[in-house]
Amino acid sequence: MTKVNMNVNGKAVSGDVPDETLLSQFLRETLRLTGTHIGCDTSQCGACVVHVNGQAVKSCSTLAVSLDGADVMTIEGLANGELHPMQAAFNDNHGLQCGFCTPGMIMSGVDMVARYKAEGKDLTSDAIRAELEGNICRCTGYHNIVKSIEDAAAKM
Amino acid sequence: MYPTKYHKPASIEDAIAALGGGDDAMVLAGGQTLLATMKQHLASPSDLVDIRAIEGLSGIAVRGGSLTIGAATTHAEVAGSGDVREQCAALAALASGIGDPAVRNMGTIGGSIANNDPAADYPAALLALGATIITNKREIAADDFFTGLFTTALDEGEIIVAVNVSAPTKAAYAKFDQPASRFALVGVFVANGASGVRVAVTGAGEDGVFRHAGLEAALSADWSGSAVDGVDVAADGLMSDMHAGADYRANLIKVMAKRAVSASA
Repeated sequence: MTKVNMNVNGKAVSGDVPDETLLSQFLRETLRLTGTHIGCDTSQCGACVVHVNGQAVKSCSTLAVSLDGADVMTIEGLANGELHPMQAAFNDNHGLQCGFCTPGMIMSGVDMVARYKAEGKDLTSDAIRAELEGNICRCTGYHNIVKSIEDAAAKM
Repeated sequence: MYPTKYHKPASIEDAIAALGGGDDAMVLAGGQTLLATMKQHLASPSDLVDIRAIEGLSGIAVRGGSLTIGAATTHAEVAGSGDVREQCAALAALASGIGDPAVRNMGTIGGSIANNDPAADYPAALLALGATIITNKREIAADDFFTGLFTTALDEGEIIVAVNVSAPTKAAYAKFDQPASRFALVGVFVANGASGVRVAVTGAGEDGVFRHAGLEAALSADWSGSAVDGVDVAADGLMSDMHAGADYRANLIKVMAKRAVSASA
Protein backbone atom coordinates (compact mmCIF):
# COMPACT_ATOMS: atom_id res chain seq x y z
CA MET A 1 0.00 0.00 0.00
CA THR A 2 1.18 3.49 -0.78
CA LYS A 3 -0.16 6.74 0.56
CA VAL A 4 -1.31 9.13 -2.16
CA ASN A 5 -2.03 12.81 -1.69
CA MET A 6 -3.86 14.77 -4.37
CA ASN A 7 -5.88 17.87 -4.79
CA VAL A 8 -9.22 16.72 -6.24
CA ASN A 9 -11.77 19.36 -7.25
CA GLY A 10 -9.99 21.90 -5.08
CA LYS A 11 -9.87 19.72 -1.95
CA ALA A 12 -6.83 18.00 -0.47
CA VAL A 13 -7.50 14.25 -0.35
CA SER A 14 -5.43 11.22 0.49
CA GLY A 15 -5.73 7.46 0.56
CA ASP A 16 -3.72 4.29 1.13
CA VAL A 17 -3.98 2.22 -2.01
CA PRO A 18 -2.20 -0.71 -3.68
CA ASP A 19 0.36 0.49 -6.25
CA GLU A 20 -1.63 -0.98 -9.17
CA THR A 21 -4.70 1.16 -8.35
CA LEU A 22 -5.82 3.15 -11.37
CA LEU A 23 -6.81 6.78 -10.95
CA SER A 24 -10.35 5.81 -12.00
CA GLN A 25 -10.53 3.27 -9.15
CA PHE A 26 -9.08 5.74 -6.68
CA LEU A 27 -11.68 8.34 -7.63
CA ARG A 28 -14.62 5.96 -7.62
CA GLU A 29 -13.80 3.51 -4.83
CA THR A 30 -11.61 5.45 -2.41
CA LEU A 31 -13.08 8.94 -2.84
CA ARG A 32 -16.57 7.72 -3.89
CA LEU A 33 -16.60 10.20 -6.78
CA THR A 34 -18.61 7.97 -9.09
CA GLY A 35 -19.26 10.58 -11.76
CA THR A 36 -16.12 9.34 -13.53
CA HIS A 37 -17.31 6.28 -15.43
CA ILE A 38 -15.58 3.10 -16.57
CA GLY A 39 -17.02 2.18 -19.95
CA CYS A 40 -14.49 -0.28 -21.35
CA ASP A 41 -11.61 -2.44 -20.30
CA THR A 42 -9.38 -1.43 -23.17
CA SER A 43 -8.66 2.28 -22.60
CA GLN A 44 -10.58 3.28 -25.72
CA CYS A 45 -13.96 4.71 -24.68
CA GLY A 46 -13.07 7.92 -22.82
CA ALA A 47 -15.93 7.76 -20.28
CA CYS A 48 -13.27 8.11 -17.57
CA VAL A 49 -11.61 11.32 -18.85
CA VAL A 50 -10.65 13.75 -16.08
CA HIS A 51 -8.24 16.68 -16.00
CA VAL A 52 -4.82 16.15 -14.42
CA ASN A 53 -2.84 19.34 -13.92
CA GLY A 54 -5.13 20.96 -16.47
CA GLN A 55 -4.87 18.31 -19.18
CA ALA A 56 -7.43 15.72 -20.30
CA VAL A 57 -6.29 12.24 -19.28
CA LYS A 58 -7.92 8.81 -19.28
CA SER A 59 -8.11 8.02 -15.58
CA CYS A 60 -8.34 4.30 -16.36
CA SER A 61 -4.87 4.45 -17.94
CA THR A 62 -3.04 6.24 -15.17
CA LEU A 63 -1.81 4.92 -11.83
CA ALA A 64 -3.07 6.83 -8.79
CA VAL A 65 0.33 6.50 -7.07
CA SER A 66 2.04 8.21 -10.01
CA LEU A 67 -0.03 11.34 -9.38
CA ASP A 68 1.06 12.18 -5.85
CA GLY A 69 0.67 15.95 -5.48
CA ALA A 70 -1.32 16.38 -8.70
CA ASP A 71 -4.34 18.61 -9.26
CA VAL A 72 -7.26 16.54 -10.51
CA MET A 73 -10.60 17.85 -11.74
CA THR A 74 -13.51 15.45 -12.22
CA ILE A 75 -17.02 16.03 -13.52
CA GLU A 76 -18.12 16.68 -9.92
CA GLY A 77 -15.80 19.68 -9.74
CA LEU A 78 -17.01 21.50 -12.86
CA ALA A 79 -20.21 23.10 -11.61
CA ASN A 80 -19.66 26.17 -9.48
CA GLY A 81 -23.02 26.93 -7.88
CA GLU A 82 -24.63 26.57 -11.28
CA LEU A 83 -23.89 24.22 -14.16
CA HIS A 84 -20.70 24.78 -16.15
CA PRO A 85 -21.50 26.15 -19.65
CA MET A 86 -20.48 22.77 -21.13
CA GLN A 87 -22.92 20.93 -18.85
CA ALA A 88 -25.69 23.44 -19.63
CA ALA A 89 -25.02 23.08 -23.37
CA PHE A 90 -25.32 19.27 -23.23
CA ASN A 91 -28.65 19.77 -21.45
CA ASP A 92 -29.90 22.45 -23.87
CA ASN A 93 -28.85 20.55 -27.03
CA HIS A 94 -29.90 17.07 -25.89
CA GLY A 95 -26.25 16.01 -26.16
CA LEU A 96 -26.88 12.69 -24.45
CA GLN A 97 -29.24 9.80 -24.36
CA CYS A 98 -28.33 7.28 -21.65
CA GLY A 99 -25.70 9.62 -20.26
CA PHE A 100 -23.05 7.03 -19.54
CA CYS A 101 -20.37 8.57 -21.77
CA THR A 102 -21.36 12.13 -20.86
CA PRO A 103 -18.88 12.83 -18.01
CA GLY A 104 -16.00 11.97 -20.36
CA MET A 105 -17.55 13.90 -23.26
CA ILE A 106 -17.91 16.98 -21.08
CA MET A 107 -14.39 16.78 -19.64
CA SER A 108 -12.96 16.33 -23.16
CA GLY A 109 -15.19 19.14 -24.42
CA VAL A 110 -13.96 21.57 -21.76
CA ASP A 111 -10.35 20.58 -22.50
CA MET A 112 -10.63 21.07 -26.27
CA VAL A 113 -12.36 24.45 -25.97
CA ALA A 114 -9.68 25.67 -23.55
CA ARG A 115 -6.87 24.40 -25.79
CA TYR A 116 -8.27 25.91 -28.99
CA LYS A 117 -8.93 29.24 -27.30
CA ALA A 118 -5.39 29.32 -25.87
CA GLU A 119 -3.93 28.66 -29.33
CA GLY A 120 -6.32 31.09 -31.01
CA LYS A 121 -7.64 28.37 -33.30
CA ASP A 122 -11.19 28.03 -34.57
CA LEU A 123 -12.99 25.02 -33.08
CA THR A 124 -15.04 23.97 -36.10
CA SER A 125 -17.51 21.11 -36.02
CA ASP A 126 -14.99 19.02 -37.99
CA ALA A 127 -12.33 19.81 -35.41
CA ILE A 128 -14.72 18.80 -32.60
CA ARG A 129 -15.36 15.48 -34.31
CA ALA A 130 -11.63 14.86 -34.68
CA GLU A 131 -11.01 15.89 -31.07
CA LEU A 132 -13.67 13.40 -29.91
CA GLU A 133 -11.64 10.54 -31.36
CA GLY A 134 -11.12 9.06 -27.90
CA ASN A 135 -14.70 9.44 -26.62
CA ILE A 136 -17.20 6.83 -27.68
CA CYS A 137 -20.99 7.19 -27.46
CA ARG A 138 -23.02 4.07 -28.24
CA CYS A 139 -26.50 5.65 -28.05
CA THR A 140 -27.12 8.69 -30.11
CA GLY A 141 -24.47 9.25 -32.66
CA TYR A 142 -22.41 12.36 -32.23
CA HIS A 143 -24.47 15.07 -33.89
CA ASN A 144 -25.95 16.64 -30.75
CA ILE A 145 -22.72 16.15 -28.83
CA VAL A 146 -20.89 18.21 -31.46
CA LYS A 147 -23.69 20.82 -31.32
CA SER A 148 -23.41 20.96 -27.54
CA ILE A 149 -19.66 21.58 -27.61
CA GLU A 150 -20.04 24.23 -30.34
CA ASP A 151 -22.71 25.94 -28.23
CA ALA A 152 -20.59 25.82 -25.07
CA ALA A 153 -17.50 27.05 -26.92
CA ALA A 154 -19.38 30.21 -27.85
CA LYS A 155 -20.23 30.83 -24.18
CA MET A 156 -16.96 29.87 -22.50
CA MET B 1 -4.41 -5.84 -12.75
CA TYR B 2 -2.02 -8.14 -10.95
CA PRO B 3 -0.19 -6.55 -8.01
CA THR B 4 2.92 -4.59 -8.84
CA LYS B 5 5.35 -2.38 -6.98
CA TYR B 6 5.71 1.21 -8.12
CA HIS B 7 8.98 3.15 -8.06
CA LYS B 8 9.56 6.78 -8.96
CA PRO B 9 13.32 7.29 -9.06
CA ALA B 10 14.83 10.75 -9.38
CA SER B 11 17.92 9.63 -11.31
CA ILE B 12 18.90 7.18 -14.04
CA GLU B 13 21.14 5.37 -11.53
CA ASP B 14 18.23 4.83 -9.15
CA ALA B 15 16.04 3.72 -12.05
CA ILE B 16 18.60 1.11 -13.13
CA ALA B 17 18.88 -0.11 -9.54
CA ALA B 18 15.09 -0.44 -9.29
CA LEU B 19 14.94 -2.28 -12.63
CA GLY B 20 17.59 -4.71 -11.40
CA GLY B 21 15.85 -5.19 -8.06
CA GLY B 22 12.64 -6.82 -9.30
CA ASP B 23 12.07 -10.28 -10.81
CA ASP B 24 10.41 -8.80 -13.83
CA ALA B 25 10.62 -5.02 -13.60
CA MET B 26 9.54 -2.77 -16.46
CA VAL B 27 10.02 0.89 -17.27
CA LEU B 28 6.82 2.97 -17.09
CA ALA B 29 6.62 6.23 -19.03
CA GLY B 30 3.20 7.42 -20.25
CA GLY B 31 1.72 3.97 -19.68
CA GLN B 32 -0.74 4.29 -22.56
CA THR B 33 0.19 0.86 -23.86
CA LEU B 34 1.70 -0.80 -20.80
CA LEU B 35 -1.18 -0.11 -18.38
CA ALA B 36 -3.77 -1.20 -20.96
CA THR B 37 -1.74 -4.39 -21.49
CA MET B 38 -1.58 -4.98 -17.72
CA LYS B 39 -5.35 -4.52 -17.44
CA GLN B 40 -5.75 -7.29 -20.01
CA HIS B 41 -3.38 -9.49 -17.95
CA LEU B 42 -1.07 -9.64 -20.98
CA ALA B 43 1.73 -8.13 -18.90
CA SER B 44 2.37 -8.57 -15.18
CA PRO B 45 5.57 -6.78 -14.24
CA SER B 46 6.69 -7.30 -10.64
CA ASP B 47 7.84 -3.68 -10.51
CA LEU B 48 7.11 -0.53 -12.47
CA VAL B 49 9.91 2.02 -12.67
CA ASP B 50 8.38 5.39 -13.57
CA ILE B 51 11.03 7.48 -15.35
CA ARG B 52 9.01 10.70 -15.61
CA ALA B 53 10.49 12.29 -12.49
CA ILE B 54 14.06 11.95 -13.75
CA GLU B 55 15.51 15.35 -14.49
CA GLY B 56 16.33 16.03 -18.13
CA LEU B 57 14.31 13.16 -19.59
CA SER B 58 11.55 15.41 -20.88
CA GLY B 59 11.70 18.35 -23.23
CA ILE B 60 12.80 19.43 -26.70
CA ALA B 61 16.03 21.20 -27.64
CA VAL B 62 17.34 22.47 -31.00
CA ARG B 63 21.02 22.77 -31.83
CA GLY B 64 22.12 23.65 -35.34
CA GLY B 65 19.39 21.91 -37.32
CA SER B 66 19.26 18.98 -34.95
CA LEU B 67 16.34 18.18 -32.64
CA THR B 68 16.84 16.38 -29.36
CA ILE B 69 13.60 15.07 -27.85
CA GLY B 70 13.67 13.66 -24.32
CA ALA B 71 12.35 10.13 -23.92
CA ALA B 72 9.53 11.18 -21.58
CA THR B 73 8.30 13.96 -23.89
CA THR B 74 4.61 13.43 -24.64
CA HIS B 75 3.04 13.23 -28.09
CA ALA B 76 1.09 16.41 -27.31
CA GLU B 77 4.34 18.24 -26.50
CA VAL B 78 5.97 17.12 -29.75
CA ALA B 79 2.83 17.99 -31.74
CA GLY B 80 2.60 21.43 -30.15
CA SER B 81 6.29 22.35 -30.22
CA GLY B 82 7.22 25.34 -32.36
CA ASP B 83 10.76 23.97 -32.61
CA VAL B 84 9.58 20.63 -33.97
CA ARG B 85 7.18 22.32 -36.40
CA GLU B 86 10.04 24.49 -37.65
CA GLN B 87 12.70 21.79 -37.92
CA CYS B 88 10.54 18.84 -38.96
CA ALA B 89 6.86 19.66 -39.45
CA ALA B 90 6.19 16.07 -40.53
CA LEU B 91 7.19 14.81 -37.09
CA ALA B 92 4.86 17.27 -35.33
CA ALA B 93 2.04 16.26 -37.69
CA LEU B 94 2.70 12.58 -37.02
CA ALA B 95 2.60 13.13 -33.25
CA SER B 96 -0.72 14.98 -33.57
CA GLY B 97 -2.25 11.88 -35.17
CA ILE B 98 -1.30 9.30 -32.54
CA GLY B 99 -4.25 7.88 -30.59
CA ASP B 100 -6.54 10.59 -29.26
CA PRO B 101 -6.03 13.85 -27.33
CA ALA B 102 -6.07 12.25 -23.86
CA VAL B 103 -3.62 9.55 -24.96
CA ARG B 104 -1.34 12.20 -26.51
CA ASN B 105 -1.24 14.03 -23.17
CA MET B 106 0.32 10.97 -21.51
CA GLY B 107 2.00 8.78 -24.16
CA THR B 108 5.71 9.40 -24.74
CA ILE B 109 8.11 9.09 -27.65
CA GLY B 110 10.47 6.90 -25.63
CA GLY B 111 7.67 4.56 -24.63
CA SER B 112 6.44 4.27 -28.21
CA ILE B 113 9.81 3.31 -29.67
CA ALA B 114 10.79 1.03 -26.77
CA ASN B 115 7.53 -0.87 -27.29
CA ASN B 116 8.08 -0.96 -31.10
CA ASP B 117 4.52 -1.92 -31.93
CA PRO B 118 4.49 -3.00 -35.60
CA ALA B 119 1.71 -0.47 -36.28
CA ALA B 120 3.04 2.44 -34.23
CA ASP B 121 3.78 5.76 -35.94
CA TYR B 122 7.03 6.93 -34.34
CA PRO B 123 9.19 3.98 -35.48
CA ALA B 124 8.51 4.93 -39.12
CA ALA B 125 9.53 8.54 -38.48
CA LEU B 126 12.73 7.71 -36.64
CA LEU B 127 13.78 5.12 -39.19
CA ALA B 128 13.10 7.40 -42.18
CA LEU B 129 14.77 10.38 -40.51
CA GLY B 130 17.84 8.31 -39.68
CA ALA B 131 17.44 9.24 -36.02
CA THR B 132 19.84 8.34 -33.25
CA ILE B 133 18.45 6.79 -30.08
CA ILE B 134 20.44 7.90 -27.04
CA THR B 135 20.37 5.59 -24.03
CA ASN B 136 22.05 5.68 -20.64
CA LYS B 137 24.80 3.49 -22.14
CA ARG B 138 25.29 4.39 -25.81
CA GLU B 139 23.92 5.86 -29.02
CA ILE B 140 22.03 3.52 -31.36
CA ALA B 141 21.22 4.30 -35.00
CA ALA B 142 17.53 3.81 -35.82
CA ASP B 143 18.65 1.33 -38.50
CA ASP B 144 20.00 -0.89 -35.71
CA PHE B 145 17.39 -0.12 -33.06
CA PHE B 146 14.15 -1.64 -34.40
CA THR B 147 14.91 -5.35 -34.55
CA GLY B 148 11.50 -7.02 -34.91
CA LEU B 149 7.95 -7.21 -33.56
CA PHE B 150 7.89 -5.49 -30.17
CA THR B 151 11.66 -5.97 -30.10
CA THR B 152 14.50 -3.46 -29.99
CA ALA B 153 18.26 -3.39 -29.54
CA LEU B 154 17.83 -2.23 -25.92
CA ASP B 155 19.65 -4.43 -23.39
CA GLU B 156 18.48 -5.27 -19.88
CA GLY B 157 18.94 -2.24 -17.67
CA GLU B 158 19.19 0.10 -20.64
CA ILE B 159 16.88 3.13 -20.69
CA ILE B 160 16.21 5.50 -23.58
CA VAL B 161 17.20 9.03 -22.59
CA ALA B 162 16.41 10.93 -25.80
CA VAL B 163 16.18 10.72 -29.57
CA ASN B 164 18.15 12.91 -31.89
CA VAL B 165 16.82 13.88 -35.33
CA SER B 166 18.47 15.99 -38.02
CA ALA B 167 16.08 18.32 -39.81
CA PRO B 168 15.29 16.91 -43.27
CA THR B 169 15.02 19.05 -46.41
CA LYS B 170 11.67 17.46 -47.19
CA ALA B 171 9.57 14.98 -45.26
CA ALA B 172 6.01 13.83 -44.73
CA TYR B 173 4.05 11.00 -43.18
CA ALA B 174 0.89 9.51 -44.64
CA LYS B 175 -1.14 7.05 -42.59
CA PHE B 176 -4.11 4.92 -43.51
CA ASP B 177 -5.83 4.45 -40.16
CA GLN B 178 -7.22 1.17 -39.01
CA PRO B 179 -10.63 2.69 -38.29
CA ALA B 180 -11.23 1.10 -34.87
CA SER B 181 -7.83 1.49 -33.23
CA ARG B 182 -6.43 4.41 -35.24
CA PHE B 183 -3.14 2.57 -35.38
CA ALA B 184 -1.62 2.54 -38.85
CA LEU B 185 -3.01 -0.11 -41.14
CA VAL B 186 -0.19 1.20 -43.29
CA GLY B 187 1.88 4.29 -42.64
CA VAL B 188 4.71 5.59 -44.83
CA PHE B 189 7.22 8.22 -43.77
CA VAL B 190 9.32 9.72 -46.58
CA ALA B 191 12.36 11.86 -45.87
CA ASN B 192 14.88 13.61 -48.08
CA GLY B 193 17.86 15.01 -46.23
CA ALA B 194 21.56 14.84 -45.48
CA SER B 195 21.53 11.03 -45.47
CA GLY B 196 19.69 10.86 -48.81
CA VAL B 197 16.18 9.62 -49.45
CA ARG B 198 14.81 7.24 -46.85
CA VAL B 199 11.36 5.63 -46.86
CA ALA B 200 10.07 3.73 -43.82
CA VAL B 201 6.88 1.68 -43.65
CA THR B 202 4.91 0.84 -40.51
CA GLY B 203 1.77 -1.25 -39.98
CA ALA B 204 2.62 -3.62 -42.79
CA GLY B 205 5.76 -5.65 -42.13
CA GLU B 206 5.66 -9.07 -40.47
CA ASP B 207 8.84 -8.05 -38.65
CA GLY B 208 7.68 -4.53 -37.85
CA VAL B 209 8.86 -1.25 -39.33
CA PHE B 210 11.13 -1.48 -42.39
CA ARG B 211 12.77 0.61 -45.11
CA HIS B 212 11.77 0.05 -48.73
CA ALA B 213 14.75 0.00 -51.09
CA GLY B 214 12.67 0.21 -54.28
CA LEU B 215 10.81 3.32 -53.16
CA GLU B 216 14.05 4.90 -51.95
CA ALA B 217 15.75 4.31 -55.30
CA ALA B 218 12.82 5.68 -57.30
CA LEU B 219 12.44 8.77 -55.10
CA SER B 220 16.20 9.39 -55.10
CA ALA B 221 16.05 9.65 -58.89
CA ASP B 222 12.84 11.69 -58.95
CA TRP B 223 11.15 13.11 -55.81
CA SER B 224 7.59 13.01 -57.12
CA GLY B 225 4.40 11.07 -56.63
CA SER B 226 4.57 9.69 -60.16
CA ALA B 227 7.99 8.15 -59.46
CA VAL B 228 6.19 5.76 -57.09
CA ASP B 229 4.05 4.33 -59.93
CA GLY B 230 6.83 2.25 -61.43
CA VAL B 231 7.98 0.72 -58.13
CA ASP B 232 7.20 -2.92 -57.49
CA VAL B 233 6.00 -3.34 -53.89
CA ALA B 234 5.77 -7.05 -53.17
CA ALA B 235 3.33 -8.59 -50.68
CA ASP B 236 6.02 -11.00 -49.45
CA GLY B 237 6.79 -10.43 -45.80
CA LEU B 238 3.74 -8.24 -45.23
CA MET B 239 1.12 -8.95 -42.57
CA SER B 240 -2.29 -10.43 -43.31
CA ASP B 241 -4.96 -10.18 -40.65
CA MET B 242 -8.70 -9.61 -40.24
CA HIS B 243 -8.25 -5.94 -41.20
CA ALA B 244 -6.33 -6.35 -44.46
CA GLY B 245 -4.49 -8.90 -46.57
CA ALA B 246 -0.82 -8.62 -47.53
CA ASP B 247 -1.67 -7.66 -51.13
CA TYR B 248 -3.97 -4.87 -49.93
CA ARG B 249 -1.24 -3.59 -47.61
CA ALA B 250 1.28 -3.73 -50.51
CA ASN B 251 -1.00 -1.51 -52.57
CA LEU B 252 -1.54 0.84 -49.64
CA ILE B 253 2.24 1.27 -49.26
CA LYS B 254 2.36 2.77 -52.76
CA VAL B 255 -0.71 4.92 -52.18
CA MET B 256 0.61 6.24 -48.85
CA ALA B 257 4.09 6.82 -50.31
CA LYS B 258 2.54 8.88 -53.11
CA ARG B 259 0.44 10.89 -50.70
CA ALA B 260 3.43 11.51 -48.46
CA VAL B 261 5.68 12.68 -51.29
CA SER B 262 2.94 14.96 -52.62
CA ALA B 263 2.44 16.45 -49.15
CA SER B 264 6.15 16.76 -48.35
CA ALA B 265 7.58 20.17 -47.61
